[in-house]
Amino acid sequence: MDIIMAAKNLIIEVKGLHARFGAHVVLENINLNVHHGEVLTIVGSSGSGKTVLLRQMLGLDTPFRGTVQVFGQPIYNGNRDVLQSMRNRCGVLFQKGALFSALSVYDNIALPMRELHTLDEGMIHNLVMLKLKMVEIEAQHANKMPAELSGGMIKRIALARAMALNPELLFLDEPTSGLDPVLSDSFVKLILTLRAELALTIVMTTHDLDTLVALSDRVAVIADQHIVALDNLRNVIGNSHPFITNFFGGDRGKRALTGMGDNF
Amino acid sequence: MQIRQVASENGVPRLVLSGRCTLSALEQQLQSLSAELTTFAADPNLYWDLTGIEQLDDAGALLLWQAWGACRPEHLSLQPEQERLFDRLGNIPAAPEPVPRDLLGPIRAIGNTGFLVWDHIIGIIVLAGQLLLDVKFLVTHPTRIPWREISVTLFRTGAQALGITALVGFLIGVVLSYLSSRQLQTYGADIFIINILGVSIIRELGPMLAAILVAGRSGSSMTAQLGVMRVTEELDALAVMGIPHSMRLILPKIIGLGIAMPLVVLWTSAIALVGGMVAAEIQLGLSYQFFFSRLSDVVPIANLWLALGKGVVSGMTIALISCHFGLRIKSNTESLGEGTTTSVVTAITAVIIIDAIFAIIFSNVGIL
Repeated sequence: MDIIMAAKNLIIEVKGLHARFGAHVVLENINLNVHHGEVLTIVGSSGSGKTVLLRQMLGLDTPFRGTVQVFGQPIYNGNRDVLQSMRNRCGVLFQKGALFSALSVYDNIALPMRELHTLDEGMIHNLVMLKLKMVEIEAQHANKMPAELSGGMIKRIALARAMALNPELLFLDEPTSGLDPVLSDSFVKLILTLRAELALTIVMTTHDLDTLVALSDRVAVIADQHIVALDNLRNVIGNSHPFITNFFGGDRGKRALTGMGDNF
Repeated sequence: MQIRQVASENGVPRLVLSGRCTLSALEQQLQSLSAELTTFAADPNLYWDLTGIEQLDDAGALLLWQAWGACRPEHLSLQPEQERLFDRLGNIPAAPEPVPRDLLGPIRAIGNTGFLVWDHIIGIIVLAGQLLLDVKFLVTHPTRIPWREISVTLFRTGAQALGITALVGFLIGVVLSYLSSRQLQTYGADIFIINILGVSIIRELGPMLAAILVAGRSGSSMTAQLGVMRVTEELDALAVMGIPHSMRLILPKIIGLGIAMPLVVLWTSAIALVGGMVAAEIQLGLSYQFFFSRLSDVVPIANLWLALGKGVVSGMTIALISCHFGLRIKSNTESLGEGTTTSVVTAITAVIIIDAIFAIIFSNVGIL
């Protein structure tokens, strides 16, 4: 019974994944499950393959070996319609926002809605303005082009676009990098609110310990091409792998962890 | 989502909604559902019960909100989370009005184009002046001459362009020779094919073909390269290191293309003549040996020097124009595409103008 329940709750299933660029092996035999409603954070040093793993989960790169299943569907081959409906259930926030520079803020968020071909313009207008309000962007910025925006605004608008279709699964690649601490905190709060309101499953990569502590239910640590720890934060910190002791044990780590208080 | 109408104990009609009311769940039935809900909303006494809804997102809430006519119905029961969702719907800000159309727009656009052209001309002159100052500096500091960059440009714009210019040159030579020989045959003036091919290819077609191909090939790549460097802030990085990009990026390109271009012109003309010679042999039976020996008699050597001169000038102009437009690119993708197009079009136009100027100035040179 437990097994059936677990299978039903499985959002992403990565099995035996290998990734390499030419002869350079980036990831080796990665096995990872993401369950419904959890926030899984992937951490690792720069160049450890976090983004590679994320790209494989998104289907942007094909793994050298192994499989990735999202919502129980393999993402590399299969029916076009099935893949499209799966894509509509995922939202992605790219590290630099990846807003379309030829489209205004409004059109950037409206694009995925228009692509559904089921919503009328009136409804799209209301939804876009709602999303903008959700990420605390004022209406007057709606007609601006991405080139006119600051980094923090780009990030928030990119989040609004990622949330355009109310996805069940959200990928965040370095959600708080490039934001000042205040903005970064409010961004984390925003994600927490969204998570409380919608039944969101989140997969994210981050270097920022505050973000990690505030958001993650489970942490996957990548080092030496493998996942060296995959557990809740308390157990991961207890791990004695040198990367983990360095990552959480440094001054910055201690500072972030003392802030955790009773949640820990 | 399911809609169920029930009569409650006190006789008030109740509408019970249940199931998932989200964008992904409603996708296909959005239109029909909207109409159905609107008819229900027409009854003000209806009691709406939303507590049975499993999942409600802003799209679903918006659907209900629009059916209600942008206000809450009199009788409504909600879950606390839904309450918040509808509160937020209460004051959706309107998108700012798009800028109204300007009646004088077209006239203004013409004027702006004029200013823009003027601006570009000034920009190119300023850039050329800057380069002159750089050259002056390099003459006194010969160790700072960017040899490596010049050689890269020579390789990319010269050596790598040999294939395409040869192919195009050969085909043009064949076509020109074939068409002209048919005409000459009717007058019995077969032998003049050598004069026609020699003068037209060496003096005009070779330099023009090479210049247009190089403008399209290397000009666009120079503009795009500088444009991407602007987008990725590489130009700024060079500037803060105190490396002037006019000296390190632009000057080598102009010198490199100034050297490569006459060589490409020579190559293109040679291959085009070979193409013409082959076609003349097939069509008119002129032997290769005869073709060669006549060629030096009927085409004065001045034509070749003219062609090489045109090559140097057009090569440097192409590089200058491409770099100018590359530096003007703003950091967005649309500007990159637009800038590259304008750059190539301007470079090709400039090359043709240069050709015309040469034709007028040297109208008495090299013609028997």
